[in-house]
Amino acid sequence: MPSIASSSIVQFKNCRLVRGRTIVKDDFWVRGGRIINPEPVFFEEKVQADLTVDCHDALICPGFIDIQINGGYGYDFSSDLDKLEEGVSTVAKGILSTGVTSFCPTVVTSPSSVYHEVLPRLKRTPGGKEGAGILGIHLEGPFISPEKKGAHPPEFIQKIEGIDKVHDIYGNLDNVGLITIAPELPGALEVIHHLRSKGIKVSVGHSNGNLEDGEAAVNNGASFITHLFNAMLPFHHRDPGLVGLLTSQRINQPVHYGIIADGIHTHPAALRIAHRTHPKGVVLVTDAMAAMGLGEGHHHIGQMEVLVKGQKAQLVGTNTLAGAIVTMDSCVRHFIKEAGVTVVEAIEAATLHPAQVMGMDHLKGTLDFGSDADFLLLSDKGPLKVLNTFIGGECVYAAPGAHCIEYTQQRPLEEKVFS
Amino acid sequence: MKSRMNKEMGEVGGSYRSYGLRVSRALLLLLLSVSCWPVYAVAAASSLCISTCGGCPCKSDKFKMRLVILEDSERVAEWAARYIIKRINDFSPGPNKFFVLGLPTGGTPLGTYRKLVQYHKAGKISFKYVKTFNMDEYVGIPRDHDQSYHSFMWENFFKHIDIDPANAHVLDGNAPNLETECQQYEEKIKEAGGIELFMGGIGPDGHIAFNEPGSSLVSRTRVKTLNQETITANARFFGNDMSKVPKQALTVGVGTVMDAREVMVLVTGSHKAYALHMAIEEGVNHMWTVSAFQQHPRTIMLCDEDATLELKVKTVKYFKTLHDIHSCLMDQEPQISGQCIAK
Repeated sequence: MPSIASSSIVQFKNCRLVRGRTIVKDDFWVRGGRIINPEPVFFEEKVQADLTVDCHDALICPGFIDIQINGGYGYDFSSDLDKLEEGVSTVAKGILSTGVTSFCPTVVTSPSSVYHEVLPRLKRTPGGKEGAGILGIHLEGPFISPEKKGAHPPEFIQKIEGIDKVHDIYGNLDNVGLITIAPELPGALEVIHHLRSKGIKVSVGHSNGNLEDGEAAVNNGASFITHLFNAMLPFHHRDPGLVGLLTSQRINQPVHYGIIADGIHTHPAALRIAHRTHPKGVVLVTDAMAAMGLGEGHHHIGQMEVLVKGQKAQLVGTNTLAGAIVTMDSCVRHFIKEAGVTVVEAIEAATLHPAQVMGMDHLKGTLDFGSDADFLLLSDKGPLKVLNTFIGGECVYAAPGAHCIEYTQQRPLEEKVFS
Repeated sequence: MKSRMNKEMGEVGGSYRSYGLRVSRALLLLLLSVSCWPVYAVAAASSLCISTCGGCPCKSDKFKMRLVILEDSERVAEWAARYIIKRINDFSPGPNKFFVLGLPTGGTPLGTYRKLVQYHKAGKISFKYVKTFNMDEYVGIPRDHDQSYHSFMWENFFKHIDIDPANAHVLDGNAPNLETECQQYEEKIKEAGGIELFMGGIGPDGHIAFNEPGSSLVSRTRVKTLNQETITANARFFGNDMSKVPKQALTVGVGTVMDAREVMVLVTGSHKAYALHMAIEEGVNHMWTVSAFQQHPRTIMLCDEDATLELKVKTVKYFKTLHDIHSCLMDQEPQISGQCIAK
C-alpha cells in the first residue's frame, strides 16, 4: 500500500454519498484530512487524484457523533478516576467499530471534587487511529431536579444559587461543550444565559419543569433537550412539559432533542411521535454506560450498582433504568426500522443534527466540501452495517470481512493506453 | 423567417437549454453537394451492430460528407460515441501522440457523453492520451455556476473519465483579457496539432457553437455578443434576473471548426428539422452558419428521423440507401455486453 502523504488527493470511486439530504452517486475526494471539491482541482490545479479507492458500491456517510455517552467497555467517565485516560481511550477506540468518529464524554451528577479532577483531563481531541475525537465534555448534572434524578446519585444534586456556585462546583469549564440543567431551578435562566455567552451549549433535562420553564430556558440560550421523554414530566395535553418544546411557538429558535433509540428507553410509538413532530431536531444518543460492550451482569455507573440483563441496564433492586448499553450503529438501525424513517433521515439524526447541537456543523456531520474527512463506508444491502470508519481521511477501522481499503496509485503517465 | 426562428427558439428552449443555440447549418449543403462530392449517408436501418466489412467502398474512397440518419436520439448518441471511440482507438494515441477532440455542450450531445462514460467505465476507451477543446463558454459567470459550460463538462464528462486535467481545454470566460484568451486558445489548438475530430450540435436557427445567424463563416475564436432571443431564453436559468444572464460568450469561430480534420454534427428532434434542411438542402449561408460545413472535406451529419421532417423525400431516401456503406464506419465497434442496437 502506498503511504498517504497529507497532501495526497484520494478519490473514493464506485460509491454513493449521503450529501445534501439525499443519496447521490458520486465520487468522494479527500485531501489533508478534509473533504474537497474536485472541480477546482481539475480546472485550476489541473491535477488528478494521487490515489484511488474502489468502494464496491458502499454508501458513504459522515461519521456518527454521540453527544451523550457515559462510558463503556467496563469504564465509567464519572467514577473510574484512576483509570480515566485509559477508560476514555478504550471507549474512544471501541466506538470506532460502531461508526462513531466524535463524541462528548458525559459526566453524570458527581461530587465537586470529581469535576475538579475529571474536567481538566478530558481534553478535546481531533481523533484518529487511537480513537474517536472528543468534541467537549457533556456535564449532565448536578444542577438537576431531585424528582427526576433518574440514575443520578441524589446526594450530589445541587441547587444553583448563582453563577459563582456553578463555577465553584465545576471548576474550569474550558473542556466542556454541553451542560444539562433543569430549567425550573431558581437561578437557572441566569446561568444558562451566562454559559451560552461563554460558548457552552445548554440542554434542558432531568427536569420537573413545565413547558413555560423550558421556553424560558430556550429563550435564554438553551438549545437541546436531554433524552426526550426520559427524566422529565410526561406529556399531558393541558400541561405538555418539556416535550411541548418540539412544537412551541414561543421560542426564538428551534430546539434539538436527544433520544435513546434502543427500543427500551423510548417506545417506538414515542419515537415516531417525536420524529414526525419535529424531524429536523432529532438527535440519536446512546447514553451508554460502562456496561456497553461488556455483556450481562453487575456493573457500576457513577456511584451506583447496575444490573444488565438482555438489552436493559437497571439500578440493582429497582426498576429504574440506569442508562443504556446500546451502540450508535444499532440506534440508527433501530430508528430506521421502528420509526420508518429513510436511511438519510436516520443518518442525519446521528451526524448533522448532533453536529448542529455542538455548533460544529461547518466541520462535522456532513460530507460537504471543507468538512473534516470523518466518514463511514456502510453496507446498506440489508440493515446498515459499518464497513470502514475514517477520521481525518485516515482509515481507523475495518469490519471483519469488509472489502479491504486498497489505495491504488494512479497509473503513471508511461503506462500504455488500453484499447 | 425571422419570426419563425424566434418562435422556434422560444419553444425549444427547454430542450437545448442555455447551452445555447449552437448548432450548425452545415448539413444543408451536404445534400446539395451530392452531385459534385462523394457523399455517403447511413441510414439507421435495423442495427448498428455490424461486423467487419472488408473492402467496402468507404475504405478506399476519400469520402467527403455524409448524412447518417438513425431512428432516434438514443441511437444518434450511441453512434456518435462509438464513432469517437473508434476514431480514438484507430489513432492509437500515446504519450507522444495525442488525439485532439473538439467538444460541444448542450442537450443534444448529452447522450453521447453518457455513452462515452459508460464505455469508459467498461474499459473500452481511455482518454489518457486525448486532448479536448470545448467550443464555447459564457463570459462573466462564475466557472462553477451550474449553467457554465465548465460545470456542464465537469458534471457530464470530465469527472467520469481519466483525462489529464491539463489536456482538457475550456475557454475561460473570466479571463482578465478576453481577446488574449481567444488568441491563446487558437494557439493552443495549433500547438496540439489541430483538431482531429470536432463534434458539434446545431441550434434551431442553424448556429454552431455561438456563431449565431450572421456570423462570418471564416471567423476565429472570439468574444460574441449573444442575440436577444438567447439571452431571454436563458433568463430562467438565472433566476429570471436579466442582470445575471450572460450577454456575451467566448466561442470558437466557424473557421476554427472548419480547420478540424473531421467534423461530426449531431442533429436531433423535429425542432431542428428546418435547420437541417437549411444546412444541407440550401446553399452555404452565413445566416445558417452550420451550412458552412458543406464545404468541409470530411463531415458527418448525424441525425434522427425527427430531424429529417423538413428534408426532401429524395434526400432522405438517397442517404438511407447508403446504409451499408456507412456501416463500415463502425467496423470495429466497442463490444459492450455483446448487444447491438437492434430495433
